[in-house]
Amino acid sequence: MTGLGSLISPAATLSIAHVLAGALVLASFMMLYQDRLSSVINVLALHSTVLGVAVGWQAYIQHAPELYITAGLALGFKAVVIPIALQRIVIRLGIHHQIEAVGGISVTMLAGIGLVALSLVVMLRTAAHADALAREDVALALAVILLGMLMMVTRRNAVSQIVGFMSLENGLILAAAGAQGMPLVVEISVAFSILIAFIVIGVFLFRIRERFDTVDSAALDAFRGEAQ
Amino acid sequence: MTPIILVCAMAFLLLGALGAVLGRRPSGHVVVYGGSLAVAGVALLASLTQLCFGIAPVPRVLLPIGLPGLGMHFTMDDLASLFLIITNLGAAAASLFALGYGRHEHEPWRILPFYPVFLAAMNLVVIAADAYGFLLCWELMSVASWGLVMAHHTDAAIRRAGTIYLLMASAGTLALLLCFGLLAGAHGHYAFAAMRNAHRSSWIGALVIILALIGAGSKAGLVPMHVWLPHAHPAAPSHVSALMSGVMTKVAIYAFIRIVFDLVGPAAWWWGLVVLLVGGMTAVLGVLYALMEDDIKTILAYSTIENVGLIFVGLGLALAFKADGMMIAAALALTAALFHALNHMLFKSMLFFGAGAIQHATGTRDLAQLGGLIHRMKISAVPMMIAAMAIAALPPLNGFASEWLLLQAILLSPALPQFGLKLAVPAIGALVALSTAFASACFVRFYGIAYLGRARSPEAATAHETDRFSRGAMIGLAGLCLAAGVLPGLVIDVLAPVTHALLGARLPAQAGLAWLAVVPVASSQSSYDPLLIAVFIAISGGLTALTLYRFGSRVTRRAPVWACGYQERDPAALRATGQYSPSGFAQPIRRVFATLMFRAHDDVVLPPPGDIGPARLTHHWTDPVWAALYTPLVSTIGLIAERMNRLQFLSIRKYLGFVFVALVLLLMWTALWT
Amino acid sequence: MDLIVPLLLQLFQIGLVILVAPLLAGFVRLLKARLQRRSGPPLLQIYRDLAKLIGKDAIVAGDASWLVVLAPYAIFVLTWIAAALVPSFATGLPFSGAGDLIAVVALLGTARFFQMLAALDVATAFGGLGASREAMFASLAEPAMLMIVFTVAVVAGSSQLSAIADFMHSQAAGLRLSLGLGLVALVIVALAETGRFPVDNPATHLELTMVHEAMVLDYSGRHLALIELAHALKLTLYMSLIACIFVPFGMAGPGAALPALAIALVGYIGKLAAGAVLLAVFETTIAKMRIFRVPNFIGAALMLGLLGTLLLFVSATL
Repeated sequence: MTGLGSLISPAATLSIAHVLAGALVLASFMMLYQDRLSSVINVLALHSTVLGVAVGWQAYIQHAPELYITAGLALGFKAVVIPIALQRIVIRLGIHHQIEAVGGISVTMLAGIGLVALSLVVMLRTAAHADALAREDVALALAVILLGMLMMVTRRNAVSQIVGFMSLENGLILAAAGAQGMPLVVEISVAFSILIAFIVIGVFLFRIRERFDTVDSAALDAFRGEAQ
Repeated sequence: MTPIILVCAMAFLLLGALGAVLGRRPSGHVVVYGGSLAVAGVALLASLTQLCFGIAPVPRVLLPIGLPGLGMHFTMDDLASLFLIITNLGAAAASLFALGYGRHEHEPWRILPFYPVFLAAMNLVVIAADAYGFLLCWELMSVASWGLVMAHHTDAAIRRAGTIYLLMASAGTLALLLCFGLLAGAHGHYAFAAMRNAHRSSWIGALVIILALIGAGSKAGLVPMHVWLPHAHPAAPSHVSALMSGVMTKVAIYAFIRIVFDLVGPAAWWWGLVVLLVGGMTAVLGVLYALMEDDIKTILAYSTIENVGLIFVGLGLALAFKADGMMIAAALALTAALFHALNHMLFKSMLFFGAGAIQHATGTRDLAQLGGLIHRMKISAVPMMIAAMAIAALPPLNGFASEWLLLQAILLSPALPQFGLKLAVPAIGALVALSTAFASACFVRFYGIAYLGRARSPEAATAHETDRFSRGAMIGLAGLCLAAGVLPGLVIDVLAPVTHALLGARLPAQAGLAWLAVVPVASSQSSYDPLLIAVFIAISGGLTALTLYRFGSRVTRRAPVWACGYQERDPAALRATGQYSPSGFAQPIRRVFATLMFRAHDDVVLPPPGDIGPARLTHHWTDPVWAALYTPLVSTIGLIAERMNRLQFLSIRKYLGFVFVALVLLLMWTALWT
Repeated sequence: MDLIVPLLLQLFQIGLVILVAPLLAGFVRLLKARLQRRSGPPLLQIYRDLAKLIGKDAIVAGDASWLVVLAPYAIFVLTWIAAALVPSFATGLPFSGAGDLIAVVALLGTARFFQMLAALDVATAFGGLGASREAMFASLAEPAMLMIVFTVAVVAGSSQLSAIADFMHSQAAGLRLSLGLGLVALVIVALAETGRFPVDNPATHLELTMVHEAMVLDYSGRHLALIELAHALKLTLYMSLIACIFVPFGMAGPGAALPALAIALVGYIGKLAAGAVLLAVFETTIAKMRIFRVPNFIGAALMLGLLGTLLLFVSATL
């Protein structure tokens, strides 16, 4: 590994880290752009793969072997297991139809760019004294978190909101990895809690579908029961 | 040179008086327009001599008229000479055009007195050197142009246009009045020389720039103060429209530059941000409006708004660079803005001349009725195409040269330290790029539907060519567009003294570079070489033509097109040829960009089954600025007026009560605050 | 001698683009055909097509004016000059001062202007159809291209193509996120401007799907030959542009000796061939989008370009 390290200059290693973080932002934009549910889930798999590579690269340059496990968890669970399970759920729910993004795709993308600008400005101003290059990684991770939230806000379908939530988690993991790593115990517990949350959400989706015949949250709003 | 310009202004006023006297005689228009041409030529020569050769014998003149004890100051510095060149070149071209076009005017006595007064006022505004003289001549300019707009006052739409124009002009002058008042300070120093050296607090400077933006911007056509422009500019006769769009907007820009770059002193960084944002929004909205309109002159008026937006983007960048001490970059941005002002005068005047020629030849201004005019108006179609190419910013013409300089200024802006500017400039760059692309589509639509294809109405099929004065004016301006496009280095060198006077820096001299290239910033090696490109175009074109002539077939045959068999059997039939209408051409762009802001939608009304009537498609759109700003404003004013109307019908006791309360309040004020 | 050799190299480059363009277009067509299990036309077929067209009579629409006859020459000459100004195998050639990236993009815009005007002059519905759709695509593709220009020019410090290629070739550039975004955006814009899948089908004649074809439907003979050659030149231009900006390795600097030039020339042909393979594979795997989904696609390029520029303005190292 050190032989490889001598080939790549320090500036290049950090540029590669930026490129990987930027690729994650790009994957978030791709997720916002997608219309159909199965492509959204495929992009989630891509998103988690890029996260795995990014965290793995962070592990390499920080010489922190526990981050490799984080990368492996990301690759294993979030790039393979969860997308396959979500595809199965989607097929069983029978909702391969088009997603209507609230506000249209162009407005959503413009809002996305505004959020990236916002996170860059926030990070580069408030953390002005911190290490310059780590700061930009965290800024891009914050952008991924905000884009994940934007995804949850602009989608109607519950499954795509879950996908947005997953991408938000990915952003959090990137931020934690970029900020000099986190303890392995915490990472395992986080992974398990994600898994539990996912199982619970899946169960709920089925119950909702059974009861109301739809998982469209706009239609579900009509059943709220309060006087409007 | 100031006395020469003052004498020219007097000559213009005299011509106005002559116009009032000779208005009903057939020789009247020859005297007035010919005289205006001569006087504008003299003024142009004087200002060219001063700017290009630096000959300025009597820069300051103090006339004893005006306010008692203060007099009227007139000064002609480099900035004023530049705008005098722009004004008088436009005036000369418009007068030459009007020598031919003015013959068709039914009521010349409504136009002839006001026209030279308008020109005099514009010249005087540019050389005025104190607030009183400036505002007096500014109002004279507004009133004279209002008189010209109302020339055909029997038309209700034109009367409405005149009313809106007068209201907006008054509002603008009020803003400028307050602005000059703030600049003059507590001691009332109205001369510009005194304002320049005064020290003021930052919030006064902020108020000054906001008021200048409102006052000068409304005359120039910035959104949201632009609403009068698309009504008033088309309503006036074509030579006046050319003057209003091409020259009067530049006089407004002169006012803004004078106040913000010269009089107000050191700039804060966020001033540039505000100007940039307003300019960018104006540019995009202006050209989107132009794509939705069908009246040829309204399209040109909205295109003026777009170009004014681009000029203000340049000015905003220059302000931002100036506030951060990057003087060479500021000089580049200011040069780009000034160059674009000159270019816009050239090609917008040409376009309005062409629109006037079309209106006279076909009797209609509706783009959907035109078509095939290139066959009927063979000579004037060529300069119109050059004008359309120039305004769409296509190399190697002048529109692209100033656009390129503006983009180079944007490329220098990552060095700006403030985050607000760092975020705004890329967004504004995207807006500038969008507006350029839309402008290209807009003028393809304008030229392609008016001049190309087949005629869409009998009027268009029987159009005739214009007279030689109009053609001469258009061809002269087209030649200037080509010259400015192929030799932009010359123009940059001429503009250098202006930026030096305002900013203390100038672009490096362009005259000696290889192949007459333009290299604005030596360190970045970016260069633009339109002469070389033009030579390439000529050589390759010749080579291609020669090769094809030598090796290929030389035959060209004409044949009717297939068009799925929908061509009429009678080739002279005009309707239902299947060729696109102007709203059809703009429909994809409308659908993609205008659905949200303009609520643009198409309504299709189908006849019931069995009915052989045609289906009708109408497109609807609402003006967002008018709906969001002016309609509520007008209704609020109406509401307030309604409420206040009750004051008319009070009893004696209540009126006495008002007087009593006012007296008591005044006494309280005197007691508490002195 | 010092002046003659660079001048000859410059003239050679001007001629090279014309010679290579039909070959590149033919190669892409052949690859697509083989990927679709057809034998496809021979590699040099486009040369033969052009020769055939030049020898035929030119038939012009009855209602059209002199613009329809002028337009093919204007389109061809402008596209040729734009393609010749992009450095292909050598930088620092005598006319590289005129090779500004913004000017190259604008020259293509001028060619498009004439194309749309000529389409409207023919007075058919097809011409208006093609012109209005092209206007809509251009209204997004040109700004996207300008944002990419901003990204690249801010990184390289200049908008002159020769200087950009030299900068990218040196070690100063490195791997940068904004350049990556710019590359993705440039690929999308190139697909849109050259009329390839998923924006436009270069081989269609169905009015529902035509954009570029609709504008040139009524051309024949030598005029059609000029327009076809201009179309092929545009493809060569965009591939050379991507190679010059993002893969400039192997380009010969000013004053290079003959072996370096030969290697650079071979490298250039290799880059074009690689680009052709990637294009053919991409076109075979993707379907054409319907017209009103294309603005989302090109709009994505505009957003990516804007994001790249924003990253560069806000942070100097991204």
